[in-house]
Amino acid sequence: MSSHSTVPSPEITLAPKHDNSGVKRIWQVFTLLSIVTIVELVMGYAMTKQAGWVDKSSALGMFFVGAICILSVAKAYYIVGVFMHLGGELKNFRLTIVTTLALFIWFIAAFLMDGNSWKNLKNTNAGSREAPKTENAIPAVLDKNAKP
Amino acid sequence: MSATTITSNTKWWNGGRSPFDISYGKVMMWYFLMSDAFTFGAFIISYATLRFSMNSWVDANQVFNAFPGLHGADLPLAFVSLMTFILIFSSVTMVLAVHEGHNMNKKGVEKYMLWTILGGAAFLGCQAWEWTHLLTGEHFILSKEGVLTALNTTPSHNPWGIDHVDKAAVIGALPKASPELLTAMIHEHNHAFNAQGLGTAQLVEEATKLVNAGTVHVGSQGPPAFGSYFFGITGFHGFHVFSGVVINVIMYLKTKLGHFDQRGHYEMIEKAGLYWHFVDLVWVFVFLCFYLV
Repeated sequence: MSSHSTVPSPEITLAPKHDNSGVKRIWQVFTLLSIVTIVELVMGYAMTKQAGWVDKSSALGMFFVGAICILSVAKAYYIVGVFMHLGGELKNFRLTIVTTLALFIWFIAAFLMDGNSWKNLKNTNAGSREAPKTENAIPAVLDKNAKP
Repeated sequence: MSATTITSNTKWWNGGRSPFDISYGKVMMWYFLMSDAFTFGAFIISYATLRFSMNSWVDANQVFNAFPGLHGADLPLAFVSLMTFILIFSSVTMVLAVHEGHNMNKKGVEKYMLWTILGGAAFLGCQAWEWTHLLTGEHFILSKEGVLTALNTTPSHNPWGIDHVDKAAVIGALPKASPELLTAMIHEHNHAFNAQGLGTAQLVEEATKLVNAGTVHVGSQGPPAFGSYFFGITGFHGFHVFSGVVINVIMYLKTKLGHFDQRGHYEMIEKAGLYWHFVDLVWVFVFLCFYLV
């Protein structure tokens, strides 16, 4: 464990803080990312038509989708925090990044709700009729009830 | 904070000193990546919004179920898992290169940069195969107007609608189909079939037999936006991977030429590393939105 304190640039007043437990930590995070990816894949595979273990629209399916999203954010946290070493930077610098990225919370929520509302408006002619029972758009030629 | 190590007359924010204790270049790389995150975010959220607004979307596991060398295999998630692990692994070799740089170990940096470049190139190769497979693979579909066509997956064509349309509707549409399409349909399952000199009526008869036997698979058209978003977003990501590989090659050459040893530090490797990890980070979400859910 050599402790080099070479200052990369004259702008920097403090020597860079490298914890040289480095290599071990890198492999720990690699193992963690791999395990999380495998868990995601197992849940994703369970919901495929080919496997047919879990129906995506069932309660368990919804839970799986939510869990996969949360696990992806956890992966992002470890990549940014350890591999990109943001966890080791000064707190104020960290905040300039993290607070800005917090805009994504609004960004995702607002747009997904908008998409969902758009779907409801289309299905009900802006609320003027009942939503059709069929989930899939059927080509006219296949629709036995369609008038020629 | 170790305030005692700072000389009392240090004028923070007064020029010449980084307020965040990292070099200007690294701060700007972070802010560039943050803006890039918003660009990718906007693309992916736009895709998700459109998908949320549709009653049905494409089943990714029907589209991405092929594997190189295994013809006709139905393996959902298999190939994309390989791509994901390639990218995670190249992220690890990148961070190991940065670590060797901290220790001023030129040989170590060279070794791990080469592994990272190899990982990036392997990922790009996988993506090229996947794109080729989608762009060239034709699928028979019955359009909304009742016309039979063969479609490949492109930014404007999507053959991934309903999996199997009604046999009667397909048979009804066969007489209107072109002889070329009928021949292609028959050839897909009967390579020895000789269409030479056969009239449309005979082709229709042969194709009807195959449809009735359930060997010919005819689907319907899916939302065309699928291809635009898939090729647009994975293409934008692939372009980042490509430029990351180019940057890494330059970093490798500069290491080899001893530029960083002369400079006394390997900070450039760290900056290239930030970019490379970002590419891996974006893939986590592309993988999530296009393949997993």
